[in-house]
Order: sequence, then structure tokens, then C-alpha cells
Amino acid sequence: MSMHSTITSTFQQVAREQERMLSPLADDLPLLHCGLDSLSFALIVARLEDSLGIDPFEAAVQFPATFGDFVRLYQNFAK
Amino acid sequence: MQAHGPRGGRLAGRTAGVPLAQLAGSTGLGGQLEALRGRSVLLVTAEQLTAALALIELDGVARRMVLCPPDLAAAHLPHVIATAGAELAVYDAASPEQARSALPGIAASATLAPLPAPRRASEPTEWVLLTSGTTGTPKLVLHTLASLTSALAAAPPPPQPITWSTFYDIRRYGGLQIFLRGLHAGSLVLSDPAEPLGDFLARAAAAGVTHISGTPSHWRKVLMSGQSGRLSPRYVRLSGEIADQGVLDGLAAAYPQASVAHAFASTEAGVAFEVRDGRAGFPAALLQAAGGRTELRVAQETLQIRSPGTALRYLGESVEPLRGSDGFVDTGDRVEERDGRYYFLGRRGGVINVGGLKVHPEEVEAVINAHPWVRMSLVKARRSPITGAVVTADVVLKDSAGAPAPEVVARELGERCRGALAAHKVPAKFRIVTALEVSAAGKLVRPGE
Repeated sequence: MSMHSTITSTFQQVAREQERMLSPLADDLPLLHCGLDSLSFALIVARLEDSLGIDPFEAAVQFPATFGDFVRLYQNFAK
Repeated sequence: MQAHGPRGGRLAGRTAGVPLAQLAGSTGLGGQLEALRGRSVLLVTAEQLTAALALIELDGVARRMVLCPPDLAAAHLPHVIATAGAELAVYDAASPEQARSALPGIAASATLAPLPAPRRASEPTEWVLLTSGTTGTPKLVLHTLASLTSALAAAPPPPQPITWSTFYDIRRYGGLQIFLRGLHAGSLVLSDPAEPLGDFLARAAAAGVTHISGTPSHWRKVLMSGQSGRLSPRYVRLSGEIADQGVLDGLAAAYPQASVAHAFASTEAGVAFEVRDGRAGFPAALLQAAGGRTELRVAQETLQIRSPGTALRYLGESVEPLRGSDGFVDTGDRVEERDGRYYFLGRRGGVINVGGLKVHPEEVEAVINAHPWVRMSLVKARRSPITGAVVTADVVLKDSAGAPAPEVVARELGERCRGALAAHKVPAKFRIVTALEVSAAGKLVRPGE
């Protein structure tokens, strides 16, 4: 599975578990308003660390503004 | 202390035992008792039976006895010796070298010799116990025989002698309570850390043990071992950790003929109360009437206890007071009332902070442990760059034959937790593991302890 699809399905799974309405995951979707709270992001980051083996947030980084920025953060870190 | 108990009782270790009737006229200290009169004594024998005999012999003679459990790290000995003002040690052949060389000492053994003259008691001995943190420096807790036996003092010995046993080492508070109960009521069978669990249960059964005590973690190991049927107890007792509904139900199923009771007790607070209704937590009515001279109250969501069974104080120079100015001991255990019953949430110091919201590992474990395929679990914090921490769980399943696939159990546990707990308390991940570490004191080992 590509990193993009792994990240997408993790967002969707956490949104389902947290019973939150997730906006469609377009590249320019602002994460601040996508329907998820900080707990949901914490769960997403934890699960991605397990499934992808990386944690781009281990260095203090600015939290990505859009969904596309989030995916690129992971793709760049993995290189 | 030897006045208690029927004359026919016995104190039994794994390979040797002693009739209680023999103790009054005997010594395990090679006749050196007088050297210990009025002194502060460090008990560092490796063997529990030898320690038990030394305690009986020294009570009323030594000024103070420090009960050192066998797993006390050598690095802590100087602190214990200095804080207790220990002058002499009582050791045995298997005591570690550092313990034997730390102080001038006297050799003890479980092979008794006759005493030339009757033992004379000269003062009420102080009993010093160590708190059971696995890595931190132990605190020294001061008791007397009166505070240790206050729950027993009101009760007469039972009409028929009872044989007790315990998974605990008797040098820890939980085990010491059973030691005193055993002497009071009849006989005691000691455990041995090197003995396989099934063999211990069989040995206890052969000795006629009907009453047995341990921590919830000890009991979960029994239930997991497949050996629980080797003993048929009439009374199963739990103390030392929160007894959740999962372990209580497991014991009720394994021992349908037994009364299952969980006791709230700690080295500092003493034995506060016992619950026999098969449910976790305790009835709110206990706050009005806990029984005897024990008083309970809840302050800042924490259980506090005042009773003649609490310890007197911590030893040491700059230690915090063990009791408040009104005599209440803060147990450090948070409780929550629901429908007329109080439930234990967890240790105040163990709380995990998830984005500012608090969660106790124990309350999440209680939900996980209620799953029909779960035997025990450990909930921990996992570092999160977003919220500081998230919750994660390691889970041990019951016997694997017929157990569902780990992914299935993990999914079911997620659903259970989301249904029972606020969102921040639900573990981000459930990891199925084969075992969880239990300390020498019988308690689940938690990170950072």
C-alpha cells in the first residue's frame, strides 16, 4: 500500500472509531477544520509509527496545515 | 505473641517445618538471644522459615526488628541500616554476602535447640517493614505487634484450627498479616519463590490448607497456570492491588465452593476492610461503618483511613508524615462513587496525562480484564508528540486453545473500551503478549516504578 493510502485509511479508521465526521481528504484540506481533534491526531500518529515505522514529529516540527502537507511530511521523512 | 493459637499448630516451609508448641522452649539463634536484647536488629535471612522463627523469638526482646525481604537490593542496605539505627544482623547460611558483612551478626537457623531458661520479654518490640517499590529507595514503616494485630485482637481463635497459606513472603505486610493469622488460628504453610506454582499448591493441599491469600497478580498467575485445581480452598483472599471484576469472577469460577474476599491493605494504612460480596470496589456504607475502630473517608477523591492498625510513622530524618494531624493515613488510591458503591480508579502517582485529560491505568485494565478471553493486562503511557502521551495496552490471553485470533481480540477490546470509557482513556493499541512481569512482592510491574 502506498504511504498516501496508508495514511488515508488510518485517518478514516480513527475517524470511525472516534465517531467523527471526517471531511473528504483532499490535498488542500486544512487539518484544523477536518473534523478531528488532537486526541484523534495523537492516535493517527501513533498508529502510523507502528505501520510505517517512522515518526516525523520526533524532531520538533510545525504541525502540517493541510492533509497534503501531512502526507508530504511522511514521504519526505521516509527518504 | 506465642500465647496465641492452638498448641497443635505447625509452621511449615518447603522442606522443613516446626510444631508451634516447640517454640516457647527453643531457640533458632544458637542461644545468643541475650546479645540482641534491647537492640535494633536487621533480619536478613534468606529463608522465610528461619525469619519467621527469629521474629517469634525476638519479639519482646529486641528493641526493634527490621524485616528485610530477600530481594532487597544490596545498594539499599546502608540506607536501611542508617535509617533504622540497626546494630546487629540476624542472618543464615544463604544470606547474601553484602548483608552478612554489613553489620556484626548472629547466625540463625530453622533447626531449633532447647533454651536453657524460659524467654523473658522486656519491651514491646518495634516491627519495621519496608515498602515495596521495585527501584526506588524503600521507605521504612514503623509498626508494633499491637498495630499489626489490631484486626485480630477482637476476634477469638476459631473453634477448629485453620491452616493458612500465602503466596507472599511473610516479611512483606500482606504476608506478615497471614503469618500472624496463621499463628493465631492454627498453622501456616510458607511459599518458596523457587518452587513451581503447581507444586506449591499441591504441597499446601497436602498440609490441609483451607485459607490462602495473595495479590490479584498472584491469583491471575494461578488461573493462567491450569493448576488451580490442585488446591480446594474454603477462603480465597486478595490484597495488595486493586481487585477488578475480572479476577474476582475468574476465582469464583475456579473455586465455586470458596468464599472470595478482597481486603484493602497497605503497609502504611494497615488492613482497612474486607469485601466478600464478589464485586469489585466497596459499598459506600463502609464510610459510615467500616467495622471495629476503623474509620474511612474520601478526601480529594482519595481514600483515607484512621485505625489502630495503621503504622505509626516512617523512620528517617526528612520524611513526610505517615499520618495527617488528625491521624488519617492518605492511601494514595483514588476512588469514584457510582450508585452507592466506591470503585478504585488507581494510584494517584500513576496517572497518565493525555492532552490535559487524566487516565488511571488500572481503570482501563479493569475494562480490558473483563473480556472473556483476557487474563491480565498492563496499561501504560506511550509518548505522543501531539498530546504528550496516549494510552497503550499489553494484554495476556487465557489458555490459547480456542482463543480467537489476536487481531479479533484487539478489535473487540477497542470496542469494549470505547463503550465503557471516555475517548482519551481508550488505548491507541492493544498488543497481545505471552506474559507480564510481576514483582517479588506479587504486584504487576509498572513502567517507571
